[in-house]
Amino acid sequence: MNLLERQLLFVTGKGGVGKTTVAAALAQLAAQQGKRTLVCEMDAKGSLAAAFDCSPFPYEARQVDTDLYAMAMNTEDSLREYLKLFVRIPFVGRIGPLARTFDFVADAAPGVKEILAIGKLCYEVRERHYDLVVVDAEATGHIVGQIGAPRVISELVQVGLVKDQTAWMLDILEDPARTGLVTVTTPEEMPVNETIDLLAQVAERTRVDSATIVVNRVLPALFGTREAQVFDQLFSEPAQTVLVGAAGRRVVDVMEAARMNESRRRIGAGHLDRLRESLETSRAGAVPLSMLYIPELFTRATGRRVVSLVADALSEELG
Amino acid sequence: MVTRPTSPAKRPPSPSPSKQLTKSAQPPVDDVGIASLLASKEMIIVCGSGGVGKTTTAAALAAQAVVNIGGRVLVLTVDPAKRLANALGLQAFGNTETRVPDSAFTDAGVTPRGELWAAMLDTKAGWDELIRRHAPDETLRDTVLANPLYQNITGRFVQSHDYIAMERLHELHASGRYDLVIIDTPPSRNALDILDAPARMMEFFGSRLLRWLTVPYRSRIFTVASRPFYQVADRILGSRFLQDIAEFFVLFQTMEKGFVQRAREVERLLSDPRTSFLIVSTLEAAPAHEAAFLAEALAERHLPLGGIVLNRAMPTVLREPAAAKAATRLADASTDAALLNDLVDVLDPKPAPDVVRGILGEIAGRFHDIAMVATREAERRAELQRLAPFTSTAPALDHDIHNLASLLELGKHLWREPDAPDSV
Repeated sequence: MNLLERQLLFVTGKGGVGKTTVAAALAQLAAQQGKRTLVCEMDAKGSLAAAFDCSPFPYEARQVDTDLYAMAMNTEDSLREYLKLFVRIPFVGRIGPLARTFDFVADAAPGVKEILAIGKLCYEVRERHYDLVVVDAEATGHIVGQIGAPRVISELVQVGLVKDQTAWMLDILEDPARTGLVTVTTPEEMPVNETIDLLAQVAERTRVDSATIVVNRVLPALFGTREAQVFDQLFSEPAQTVLVGAAGRRVVDVMEAARMNESRRRIGAGHLDRLRESLETSRAGAVPLSMLYIPELFTRATGRRVVSLVADALSEELG
Repeated sequence: MVTRPTSPAKRPPSPSPSKQLTKSAQPPVDDVGIASLLASKEMIIVCGSGGVGKTTTAAALAAQAVVNIGGRVLVLTVDPAKRLANALGLQAFGNTETRVPDSAFTDAGVTPRGELWAAMLDTKAGWDELIRRHAPDETLRDTVLANPLYQNITGRFVQSHDYIAMERLHELHASGRYDLVIIDTPPSRNALDILDAPARMMEFFGSRLLRWLTVPYRSRIFTVASRPFYQVADRILGSRFLQDIAEFFVLFQTMEKGFVQRAREVERLLSDPRTSFLIVSTLEAAPAHEAAFLAEALAERHLPLGGIVLNRAMPTVLREPAAAKAATRLADASTDAALLNDLVDVLDPKPAPDVVRGILGEIAGRFHDIAMVATREAERRAELQRLAPFTSTAPALDHDIHNLASLLELGKHLWREPDAPDSV
């Protein structure tokens, strides 16, 4: 199924792998395809806004492009909106201090903060305000706690509004046709390890569907296998003498740069093989998880330009 | 498994070179760098974004400290990776400190001057320990430990890792068992969480919420002030859940005094002159950005930033114009038939000249891309150098770290002189 046909995509990944850029690129791609899209930053660090060359996003969604809207999650605002919509508290204006004290409950009572955030996202989906909501979600360490919160709450809480609220959220979250988890990784050891762990945890502790893995910053192979053998030989002493004679002493740095690229790429390819093997074992019998590859961009650009390049790469991968 | 080291009182007279002795052998105080930082501090808090090699760096520096400085050095990690345990010559290590055998060092070709210990931060065990310490009696202790909310909090409550990490550091330092403790901090949604954890713990106990929640239990009367809150909370959360929370907080409040006092001590630890922060990063955009953010946050809070470690950096020679020129010359040379023949002559087996031409063209053509990454990195390093006393860079190693020798190799890169300022 086409990834962008879903209605709610959580984009996660180990810190530093390019999670925000991928979330921004997926949202941009969907918007370009004519889908009314909301992209939401969960940690309010402003990196999503930076990806769009914008000043920090507020809680109220703001249009950043044709069919593309962006917001930053804020639990207090979410609580205020929630109370207004569902509890019909008359003194909404005075909810500020209450929300602050609520923060403490949220810190202590598992899942309350998470459910306010997830609730807002699910609400946008349920009300069909957008065709697609892309979430620049928490990093791998916390995403299970976040997307699993409604289920935890529904099991912990016996009665009350929150309990009632979890039911419809779970309908959205646990439907693979509507909600999917996108895990971003790079071809490096720790990000791959975390991806393997994460997918196991997601399967074990939640019923949210892992939709795809995006492998970011894949180094291009300079040569095929046959050429690689010749390349290795170019480092022999006689070959180096010939090369230095032709291009000067500093040609060794040029050769070394290529060797480094190749060595990093090979190590990375090994980690990706490990990821694929692990997926085959753990998901034996299930539909194989698709993997989308984004090449290392070798660009000094930042912000929107990078987002567009990544969106192009994703578009090609999605076919 | 080796047990914990004995307390200082039971220590044999001079089993390891004392800190004092080592310090006098150190270069003057104005000397900055990893070596003098580790020789002059007793607690190093290693922080930074995820995926930058924090845990590995913490372990590599601890190993180097044992080789170069001596004393009892403990590395406290949060990474459950078995790989690190294996690299340290251990099968595994857990919440209890385990000594890395000297044989791991001798196998790596070095003689340890001191002892290397390793332990892993176990949040759940850390919380249980806190409850045991602060609970006024056994009944209460067991009630808290069995409370489902408590179990949820310790198991899933993300930010509690940060507090436990600081708490454990305090405990280990106060024990006097170690001359140097290097602690690897938990991956945090926000690197600042670790700095705020003790304050938040105190704030939590002092919060109005806690008082409100526990009012009916203390007086059995709902005060007027708490009524609207209860009404709202009740409608949202359901009374049963609210009651569970309240009950849990009442239990918790009996431990307030101990917790708050301890949190205050833990907070003082952050600004203790014997403590220093070490930020670990790579020179990729996101981690470097977070490192800069963290360095600024430390400065704002007047907390001591020792330096910044930059892992997996590209060689700076790639940025030199001479290297770019060589790439251009190589591109030209790749179309020179005579040169290709010369090269084919010295290769075995002999490839077709066209294959060699293709390879040389690719190497030369890609150089620009790879050099640009190096330039990008240099710019980020220059920015970080403005924010820290020093930066120390380790190159990208072309192999994974799988034993103490490779861990020491990484540490060695960092142990050298700090980086010269980058000219960008």
